[in-house]
Amino acid sequence: MTAVQARLATPPLPAGQAGQRALGRWWIYLLLSFGILLMVGPFIWMVLGSLKTPGEFLVSPPTFLPAKPTTDNYIRLFDELDFPRFFFNSSLVALVVTAGNIIFCPMLGYALAKLQWRGKRPVMALVLATLMVPAGITLIPNFVLMANLGLVNTYPGLILPFLVGPFGVFLTRQFMFGIPDELIEAARIDGASEWRTYWQVVMPITIPVLATLGILTFLASWNNFIYPLVMAQEPEMYTLPVALATFATGDHQSDNGMLMAGSVVLVIPVLIIFILFQRWITEGIATTGLKG
Amino acid sequence: MTAPALVRSNVAGRAPVGPRRGWRQDLIGWSFAAPFVILFGIFLALPIIAAFALSFTSFGLRDLDNPIGTTVVGVQNYTDLLGDPKFWKSLGNTIYFVVVGVPLTLALGLVVANALSRGITRFRTVFRVGYYLPVITSIVAIAVVWRFLLNPDVGLINILLSNLGITGPNWLASSTLAMPSIIAMAVWRNLGFAMVVFVAGMQAIPAMLYEAASIDGAGRWQAFRYVTLPMLRPTILFMLVITTIGYLQLFEEPFVMTDGGPLDATLSVTMYMYQQGFEFFHQGYASAIAYVLFVIVAIVAFLQFKFLRSEA
Repeated sequence: MTAVQARLATPPLPAGQAGQRALGRWWIYLLLSFGILLMVGPFIWMVLGSLKTPGEFLVSPPTFLPAKPTTDNYIRLFDELDFPRFFFNSSLVALVVTAGNIIFCPMLGYALAKLQWRGKRPVMALVLATLMVPAGITLIPNFVLMANLGLVNTYPGLILPFLVGPFGVFLTRQFMFGIPDELIEAARIDGASEWRTYWQVVMPITIPVLATLGILTFLASWNNFIYPLVMAQEPEMYTLPVALATFATGDHQSDNGMLMAGSVVLVIPVLIIFILFQRWITEGIATTGLKG
Repeated sequence: MTAPALVRSNVAGRAPVGPRRGWRQDLIGWSFAAPFVILFGIFLALPIIAAFALSFTSFGLRDLDNPIGTTVVGVQNYTDLLGDPKFWKSLGNTIYFVVVGVPLTLALGLVVANALSRGITRFRTVFRVGYYLPVITSIVAIAVVWRFLLNPDVGLINILLSNLGITGPNWLASSTLAMPSIIAMAVWRNLGFAMVVFVAGMQAIPAMLYEAASIDGAGRWQAFRYVTLPMLRPTILFMLVITTIGYLQLFEEPFVMTDGGPLDATLSVTMYMYQQGFEFFHQGYASAIAYVLFVIVAIVAFLQFKFLRSEA
């Protein structure tokens, strides 16, 4: 979208300056490290808090490390509060939403980048126009629609509005512009149909972009809040963020240990995905400047 | 099929000329586009129009079974909004959040990005991952953790302050400190996003510009001021628009941390819309609030692009 298209790899410093400057820069490392402490600190506090007993939060002076580490908070989450169910709901919704986006978005991305058809420009304009629209706008009409279709408190109700999105179209379209026309023509000359060309020639090249799109879509769905908050009204349909927010603002608002454990359960899958795929995530964001 | 296709590719990358596009090509194009366009139309495009229509009705819980039978009230929702002090309060709070939060987020993101790409040579990935970590985690989880961090009695922040001999305030219960606390949390969470985009923008700046500046005797600050900043201008503008649009939609943070309080000091426009729509079931009125926010978002984005671009 903008000039942010370079890879994250950095050009080396001029040879003469590198060694000399590295020494003079210790204070930058120090400041950045202090910053990292501020960024990671709350997460450490979250994990430590999740291992404390309820009584330990009342001790004065307060403790930093748990005095008697316990998994009690997690056990209560899973036994008393049905967190396995919320975890399942979040996973199912995020997986189906991700599948929808990596199937349907590149199809339109391809049609916009490489095919000539009437209606292409209006479709492009439509997708562009909705990029800026606040999520709150569609909330009420979608709720009314789902209520009339009988889909409030159902998985389709949670999934359908997110099966496609403009982000995936931009990401894939931009990439597919870069695929040489000759490659596609060659497949056509060999007699492949448009669909065969798409699946057997275009798709295999596009896999890295689909991976980025898939990861970002999964994360966005996993963290989505306002929509499932409205659409999941019965506890058995809660996703993890809805469950955590409901407990944090309701009956369990001062049960700090359990709330920290709930936050850990919500954050850990995302952390694992991020650490495994961080390069794809940050590059995908850098190339498009969009979060999804 | 192949013949016109070949003709097309021979016109090196230009738009197809010659034979008129046939219905077959339209059919193929639409067969790729249809699943997206249908889902997108039903769940994104139509609701945007429907919300506009709803904002001229008194739609409420009783109309849910028969949406067509709702009462049209014309512009009454909008005129009511003009005289609704709670709406103005929520708008003021949201603007406060944007005006303080956006520049802080972008400035810190820029500082970290510059340190990462021009200041250091090692451990870049470690730093990038660390600063980016909060961006990908759920705002709800972060808000729950921060509420606990800011707890007046058992929160880490006041514990650290008390070690310095300072009695920390009750952050979220103070109508003057609650919004700054939420801003601090938002800046903390989002500066990594700005950082990643700025780092990518900085990689695109040709190294020879820095070499030339260095030959001319420019120091590190001058290189930043006269090379990095001007070259990064489009990226900064883009981030300004994206971040402003995101911040105008403030919702999760006050929902979890303060419930909009104390005394509506952290009530945001989206939160007020949620309350009207799903706590009081005034969905017509809530749609009007949503549309006002939409118009504000559109105007702000338009103005930022128009004025900041031409300034260069």
